[in-house]
Amino acid sequence: MANSSEPTKKNFLLRFLTMNTNGALSGRSLPLYKQLGLQLLSLVIGFEVMFPILYIITLSFSSKSERPSTLQLIPTELSLTAYAQVLDRPTANPVTFIELLKNSILLSMGVGLIALLVAVTAAYAFSRFNFKLRQVLMVLVFVPLLMPAVGLATPLYLLMNSFRLMNCGGGAIAINPFFLCAPGVTGTLLFNLRDSLLGVGIAMISGALPFAVWNLKGYLDTIPHELEEAASIDGADPNQIFFMIVLPLAIPQLAVTFFLGFIGHWQEFAMSWLFLTKPENYTLSMTLYNMTGQYANSIPWNRFAAMSVIVALPVAVIYIALQKYITGGLTSGAVKG
Amino acid sequence: MTTLITKIEPPKPRISKALLPYLYLLPAFLVMGVITFYPLVYQLIVSFTDFQTKDLRLGLNSPVLNFIGLKNYIDIFTAGLPVQNFEFFRILIYNFWWAITNVMLHVPAGVVIAVLLNSEGLWFKKLYRAMYILPVVVPPLVVATVWRNIFDDQYGAMNQFLTTIAQLFGGTEVVHIRWLTEYAPPIPWLLPGGPLTKAYYAMMIANFWLGWPFMTVVATGALQSIPKDLYEAADIDGASGSQKFWTITVPLLRPAMIPAAVYGFTLSFNLFAFVFFMSGGGPARSTEILVTFAYDLVRNLRLFGAAAAFSVIIFFVGTVVFLITNRITRATESYTEI
Repeated sequence: MANSSEPTKKNFLLRFLTMNTNGALSGRSLPLYKQLGLQLLSLVIGFEVMFPILYIITLSFSSKSERPSTLQLIPTELSLTAYAQVLDRPTANPVTFIELLKNSILLSMGVGLIALLVAVTAAYAFSRFNFKLRQVLMVLVFVPLLMPAVGLATPLYLLMNSFRLMNCGGGAIAINPFFLCAPGVTGTLLFNLRDSLLGVGIAMISGALPFAVWNLKGYLDTIPHELEEAASIDGADPNQIFFMIVLPLAIPQLAVTFFLGFIGHWQEFAMSWLFLTKPENYTLSMTLYNMTGQYANSIPWNRFAAMSVIVALPVAVIYIALQKYITGGLTSGAVKG
Repeated sequence: MTTLITKIEPPKPRISKALLPYLYLLPAFLVMGVITFYPLVYQLIVSFTDFQTKDLRLGLNSPVLNFIGLKNYIDIFTAGLPVQNFEFFRILIYNFWWAITNVMLHVPAGVVIAVLLNSEGLWFKKLYRAMYILPVVVPPLVVATVWRNIFDDQYGAMNQFLTTIAQLFGGTEVVHIRWLTEYAPPIPWLLPGGPLTKAYYAMMIANFWLGWPFMTVVATGALQSIPKDLYEAADIDGASGSQKFWTITVPLLRPAMIPAAVYGFTLSFNLFAFVFFMSGGGPARSTEILVTFAYDLVRNLRLFGAAAAFSVIIFFVGTVVFLITNRITRATESYTEI
């Protein structure tokens, strides 16, 4: 501000460098040299952000399967061979991309939806009702949040592993561990809950459910009570209030909770990698790990890059679409503890 | 802002509807009873046994299963497990160090970049904001796989990038740093009791990329709620830029940044997929954190009894971490009310 009042005394270069670049009519001035400095800084940060993204996108559009010997950050060709190869034959096993995609979608959507449905009434009860065991039950629900998902992997693995359907021969089927085949008969294994998508899904819900309750309760707490009080004066009973007033009001947060569950379990790896052994049950993130682990040297990098882009894309799209709600929800929840 | 939300009105209990809350809680508790509480109890029981692969079929009824009391716990604390390169307290210290150093880098960087993006009249502001959010939206496991390949010692982009930089300064050699496999720590004195290998620094770089944008998002939201007249008043009083930053921006950002830092700490503390995909805990378990080691115990080593005991310990560590961080968050909440 002080600069603009005495411009005539200075030479041209100095005037040029200190001219206001803030386009807005009000607000403080931003001299050109400062603007250029900030631009330089922003571009350096932008480079840091874009470096791995450009690197992997460039690789994924390359038709050459060998690793590049020099750094390339701008695609020199736009070949879709790598994508075609990944979609055609994602792993060494005879499993199609569609099956992998189906498994991933089934798991992530199923977990997100079931956790949401089970959680919503509990969240409402904790948010609105006052009852004797409220504090105790709330601690019970939220204590598992202190445990990382991997922390429950052992007992879930062992318990589900013991749940088997056995063909005992002669048309008899036993459900272990409740019913066993006749003594002396070993039987053949028909179904092991541990080695199935259903089992992994159950294990994931165990982690997703407390989070969904916590996330929904945090939001329900922010809905003003006036509407409900008005409805109750008009003679609505608590069930009507819940289904006809609170649920419709909470739809945005229900969607956010569902999508958080979805994107969280779309990339879930620990449980599925521990539980599943059959290639036809594999998910996309397990396939991605197969491309990086000890087998990485045999995988062409352009295919690995294409797979990374494919796994990342749905999460990125959903996140960008819901960005405002997701970060808002997480931070307001964090403040309340 | 937050204090308004936390106020809970006293609900009006009705005797005739005394059972209703329990009815609403029933589905969640039925499900959690079977897949959370029962497994938690089962975990505790298994942690007192020598459960191994041979007991998988019959579980706790297995005739060869022995109850061995606290032996698993003692073995874990005294490095008595049949596992190479395992010392519990080294991993515990490294785990805390890993989480704290991450947050200490992410929060200041996030705040500074948010302040930069908040400068009035900055050109292409919207473009930068959109660009800087990108790391938040990429799944951590993809981030880790991509960065793992970037740090590949033969063909990785990082060594290629360093080679390019070296050439600018007249260097002719091809940079060949074995980021993820070399054990010798570059700065030996940095963390007493545990080596910080090159893999640690590689992971810090990769996780820095992943971590600061979230802090920027939070800080940007908080910055926009700071009233502008505070800065105008400071201008009139002749305050310098750094004075305004330290006396207005930082104190007013604190109530928003402390919970974000706590969240980031918890996230980094249990960053399973990232660590597992990036280094797998190696080399020689030097970048192992508690959750990856627990996973190794059950997935590869198949020591189910020890894994259960280890998970019980993780649970207690998690509780202690929560109690500490919760106290910190509470302390800042009361700060906002002053």
